[in-house]
Amino acid sequence: MIESLVEPLSTYASDLDFLVNLVAWFTGIWLVLSEGVFFWLIWKYRAKEGVRSEYITGEEAHQKRWVTWPHYAVLVCDVFIIYFAVTVWVDIKQTLPPAEATVRIISQQWGWTFQHPGPDNKLDTKDDIRTTDELHVKVGTTYHYKLESLDVLHDFSVPVFRLKQDAIPGRVITGWFKATGTGEHDIQCAEICGIAHGMMGGRIFIETPEEHEKWMQSQSEGMVASKIDDKALSTTVAAVGVP
Amino acid sequence: MKPIATTRSATGIPTGRLAVWWVIVSEIVIFGGLLASYIMHRIGHPEWANYSIHTNIYAGAFNTWVLLTSSFFAVCAHNAVEMGNNKKAAKLLMVTTGFGLVFLVVKFFEWSHEIELGYTITANTFWSFYYTAAGIHGLHVIAGMILMIWIANDVRQNKEVQRVELIANYWHFVDLVWVFLFPLLYIAK
Amino acid sequence: MSAADHAHDAHHEPGWVSKYIFPLDHKIIGMQYLFTGMFMALIGGFLVYAFRMQLAFPGIEVPFYGKVTPGDYNSLITNHGTIMVFWVAMPVLIAAFGNFLIPLMIGCDDMVFPRINRLSYQIFFISAVIILASFFVEGGGFGGAWTAYPPLSAKAEYSLTPLGSSMWLVAVALEFVAFLLGGINFITTAMNSRAPGMKMFDVPIVVWMIVIASILFMASVGPLIAGAVMMFMDQVIGTTFYDPSAGGDPVLWQHLFWFFGHPEVYVVLLPAMGIVAEIIAVFARKKLFAYKTILYTTFATGILSFFVWAHHQFIAGIDPRMANVFTVTTLLISIPIAEMLFIYIASLWGGSITLSTPMLWALAFIAEFLIGGVTGIFLGASGADVYFHDTYFVIAHFHYTFFPIAFIAVFAGLTHWFPKMFGRLMNETAGKIHFWGTIIPFNFIFIPLFVLGSAGQHRRIYNYQHFPELATTELQNLRVLATMALVTLIVFQIVFLTNFFWSIFFGPKAGENPWKGTTLEWVTASPPPHGNFKEMPTVYRGPYEYGVPGRDDDYWPQHLPNES
Ligand code: HEA
Ligand code: HEA
Ligand code: CUA
Ligand SMILES: [Cu+2]
Repeated sequence: MIESLVEPLSTYASDLDFLVNLVAWFTGIWLVLSEGVFFWLIWKYRAKEGVRSEYITGEEAHQKRWVTWPHYAVLVCDVFIIYFAVTVWVDIKQTLPPAEATVRIISQQWGWTFQHPGPDNKLDTKDDIRTTDELHVKVGTTYHYKLESLDVLHDFSVPVFRLKQDAIPGRVITGWFKATGTGEHDIQCAEICGIAHGMMGGRIFIETPEEHEKWMQSQSEGMVASKIDDKALSTTVAAVGVP
Repeated sequence: MKPIATTRSATGIPTGRLAVWWVIVSEIVIFGGLLASYIMHRIGHPEWANYSIHTNIYAGAFNTWVLLTSSFFAVCAHNAVEMGNNKKAAKLLMVTTGFGLVFLVVKFFEWSHEIELGYTITANTFWSFYYTAAGIHGLHVIAGMILMIWIANDVRQNKEVQRVELIANYWHFVDLVWVFLFPLLYIAK
Repeated sequence: MSAADHAHDAHHEPGWVSKYIFPLDHKIIGMQYLFTGMFMALIGGFLVYAFRMQLAFPGIEVPFYGKVTPGDYNSLITNHGTIMVFWVAMPVLIAAFGNFLIPLMIGCDDMVFPRINRLSYQIFFISAVIILASFFVEGGGFGGAWTAYPPLSAKAEYSLTPLGSSMWLVAVALEFVAFLLGGINFITTAMNSRAPGMKMFDVPIVVWMIVIASILFMASVGPLIAGAVMMFMDQVIGTTFYDPSAGGDPVLWQHLFWFFGHPEVYVVLLPAMGIVAEIIAVFARKKLFAYKTILYTTFATGILSFFVWAHHQFIAGIDPRMANVFTVTTLLISIPIAEMLFIYIASLWGGSITLSTPMLWALAFIAEFLIGGVTGIFLGASGADVYFHDTYFVIAHFHYTFFPIAFIAVFAGLTHWFPKMFGRLMNETAGKIHFWGTIIPFNFIFIPLFVLGSAGQHRRIYNYQHFPELATTELQNLRVLATMALVTLIVFQIVFLTNFFWSIFFGPKAGENPWKGTTLEWVTASPPPHGNFKEMPTVYRGPYEYGVPGRDDDYWPQHLPNES
C-alpha cells in the first residue's frame, strides 16, 4: 500500500510495509464481507406488500452463533495482527543495534540542527559538523540518533525510513536507523510546535561512502556556516546533559 | 411543584442520595487524577523529600484531627435528624461548620508562614502540587461549609431534612481526601 | 392510577421567558442544546471551509474569510476540532437527545433535577461564548491543536496566543462541568424514575447508551479536569507542572488528555449507536437482535476503553515496552465493537425494511463507521503507527468515525424524532436529496485523505510547499478534490436547513405516532405537552416488539396492557 507512494529506504521500512499490507488484507476482507452481507440484507428484506417482518429475538444459541462465531474469527485475526505489529515495533523502537555512527538532532522552534560526528566518527569532538535543516548520512551504516528539543515538542519524521519520534524538552531520546538506498528526501516535523510548524521541514541526504567523504571535506573547509548561534546551543546542550 | 420524576425510586435508593454518590464518584476521579500525577512525579524525583521537610507536620496532623472530629459531628447531625430532632441537627451542622473554619484558619497561618519563607507556589513543582492539591481541597471545604449553613437553616424550619444525610456524606468524602493528602504531601519521604 | 399520576393537574404553563430562556422543562433544555449545537456546527463547518480552501489553493484570499496566515491556520484547525467534538457532538448527541429522549422514553415527566439541568445548559452556553470570543482577542485564538500538548500550550512565549490559550482552556473546562452536571441528572433519572413496570431490560437502547456514555465521561474526565487546573496555573501564574526545566513533565498532560480522550470517542459513539438502533428497529419492523448482548458489548467497550489511551502516544517518548501492552488492548477493543456492529447487521435479517430518510441515515452510519473502525486497526498496530502517526491517515480514520457520529447519526435522529419534537413531518424528497448530497461528497472528502496520509502527508501544515515530496501535482490534485467535495457538501446543507426550519412551521401535522413505534415517546402528543404524558404510562413489555406473531398490528407498544 504505502510502498507504491513512498520509497522504502531503511532496513525496517519493508517490514513495516508488509505489516500495513497484512492489516489491509485482514481488515479489508472483513470490511468487504460485512458490507456485502449488510447491503445484501437491505436488498433481500426490503419491504414488500403483504409480507410481515419475522419475530427473531436473537437470544437463542442457534441464532446467536451468527454473531459469536464471526467475533471469534476476528479475535484470531487480531492475534496475527498483534504478532506482526509487535515484531515490527520491537525492531524499530525496542532494539538498538550497535552504532557505527551517531548523530545528534536538535529541534527548536522552528528548525533542525544536526550535529554529525565528522571525519573521526565521534560525536562531541572538535571536528563535528553542524548543519541546519540538512542531515547527511551514509547508506548501509547503522546510525544512532540522539534527539533533543530546546523548547516545545517536535517530531523527527523521515517518511522514506518509516521513522517517527517525538522530541521532548529535557530528555534525550536515542533511536536508530540504517539506510538501504541513496537519495535526497524529506524530513518533517510531525508534531505541532507553534506558528511555523508548517515550515519546519528538513532534507536528508543519503550518500554513498564516497559522496559522504566528499561532503565532509567540503564542510571542514568551512563552506557552509551554521546559522545557529554556537553559544546558545552549547549552553542548552549542557543544560539537557550530554549522556 | 416537583416533577413526578423526583418522587420515583426504581432502585429503592432515594434520588438525592444516588446523586450525591455520583457527585462523589466524579470528585474521586478528579482528586485521583491529581494525586496520581503527584505520586508519579514524586517517584521520579526523590529529591522532593528535601522540600516536603519544610511542611509543618504538626499543623497538618492537627488539621487531620479537626476534620475527623467534624465528621463525627456530621454523623451526630444525621442521627439527630433520624430521631426527628431537627433543631439539634441544625446546631450540630453549625458545629461541623465551625470545625471547618478552624481547619481553614490553621491552613491560613500555615501557608502564610511557608510563603514568607519563600516556599511559594512557583518555587518548584513540589510546591506547585502542594498548594494546588490542598487549595482545591480547601475550596471543597469552603463549598461544604456554605452548603451546611444553608441546609442547617432549612432544617431548622423542618424543610428538606433528608439533605442532612447528603451533606454529611459529602463532608466525609472531603475529609477522606485530606486523609490522603496529609501523608502524601507532609509525611512521605 | 393514583391522583399524583395525573400530570396535567400538577403542571401549569409557565410564561414565555421562563419557558424558552430559563426553562426547567427537559424538552426545552434539549432544544436549547440542539440549536446551540447546530449553530456551533455551522461555525465548525465554516472554519473547516476556510482552512481546506487554504490547503487546496495555498495563499489565496479565501472568499468570506481572507488570507489564511500560518498562525490563523493553526487556530482554525484547533478550534474546528475542539468545537466539533465538544460543542457539536457532545451537546447534540448527549445533551440534546439525552434531555429530549430520556424522560419521554422512560415514561416520566421530567429530569429529576430540573434546576441542575438548566444550570448545566447555562454553563455550557457561557463556555460556547468564551470559545467564540477567543478568536477576537489579542493574539487570536489558540493554535496548539485540540490536544493542547504542553509546553506549547502552557507558555505564551511559545504559543504566542497569551489570551487565546487560557480562554480555550477555560471554555473546555466549563464544558466539562456542564456535562458532569448533565450526566449526573441523566444517570439518576434513568436509574430511579422509570415508569412503573419498566425493568432494566425494558429500557430502550438509546437511553442505555446515553447513560453509559455519561458514566464513561464522568469516570474519565476527572484527571483531565485536574490537568486543566494545572495547565491553567502554568499559563497564568507560572507554576511548572509541565515544564521540564523545573521538575515538571510535559508528557503527563498527554496521559491525562488521552486517558480522557479515548473514552471520549466512545462517549460520542455510544449515543450515536443508540440512535441508530432505535431507527433500525422501527424501519426494519424488527426486534433488535440479542438486546442483552448489545449491552454486554457496550459494557466491554466501556471498560476496555480505559486501557487503550497510550495508543495515541506510541511514539511520544513513552517506554517502548508499554506500547506492546497498549497494542494488545487496542486490538482487543475491536472485538466488542465488531460484535455490536454484527448484531446491528443481523437485526436486518427477516425484517421489512423501508428506506425512509431516517433509515437511510441510520444504515449509512453503519456502512461508513465500519470504514472508520477498521482503519483504526492500522493505527492500533504499533509497528504501523510509527509511520501513520500524525499523518492524514489518522485524520481520515477519525473523520470516518466522527462524521458518521456527529452528522450522519444526528441527521438520522433528527429526521426520526423531528415529528415528536415539533409535531410536524419533514419533507421526504428534500430529505433524500440532502442525504445523497451529503454522503457522496463525504466519501470524496476523506478517501483522498487516506491516500494523502499514506503518502506521508502530516497534519497541521498550512502549506505543503515546504515539503518537496508532498508538493507534487498529484497530491495537490487530491487536496483540491477533497476541498471541492467539502464545498459541495456544504452547499447541500442548505437543503437540510431549509427543510428543517420550513417544516417546523409549515410541515404537515405528524400525529402521535407517525412511524408506528413501540417506545413510550410515541404514546403522547407531538410535541409532548409540559409534563409529557396526559396519563403517566405503565410498561408491560420490552421496547422492540415488532412483528409479534398472532397480532393484527406488526407492532406492540410498551404501554398497552396484555390482553387476556
Ligand atoms: C468516535 C471516534 C473514534 C472511534 C470510534 C475510534 C475507534 C478506534 N480508534 Fe481512533 N481516533 C479517533 C476517534 C475515534 N477512534 C480520533 C479523534 C483520533 C485522533 C486524535 C488526534 O490525534 O487528534 C484517533 C486516533 C487513533 C489512534 C492514534 C493514531 C495516532 O495518532 O497515531 C489509534 C491507534 O491505535 C486509534 C485506534 C482506534 C481503534 C482501534 C478503534 C476501534 O474502536 C475501532 C473498532 C472497530 C472496528 C475494528 C470495526 C468493526 C470490526 C470489523 C469489521 C471486524 C474486522 C476487524 C478486525 C479483523 C480487527 N485511533
Ligand atoms: C466531531 C468531530 C469532527 C467533525 C464532524 C469534523 C468534520 C470535518 N473535518 Fe475535522 N477535525 C476534527 C473533528 C471533526 N471534524 C478534529 C478533532 C480535528 C483535529 C484538530 C487538530 O489537529 O487539533 C480535525 C481536523 C481536521 C483536518 C486536519 C487539519 C490539519 O491537521 O491540518 C481536516 C482537513 O481536511 C478536517 C476536515 C474536516 C471536514 C472536511 C469536515 C466536514 O465533514 C465538515 C462538514 C460539516 C459542515 C459543513 C457543517 C454543517 C452544519 C450543519 C448542516 C448544521 C446543522 C448541524 C447539525 C444538525 C448538527 N478536520
Ligand atoms: Cu517543530 Cu512542528
Ligand atoms: Cu484512541
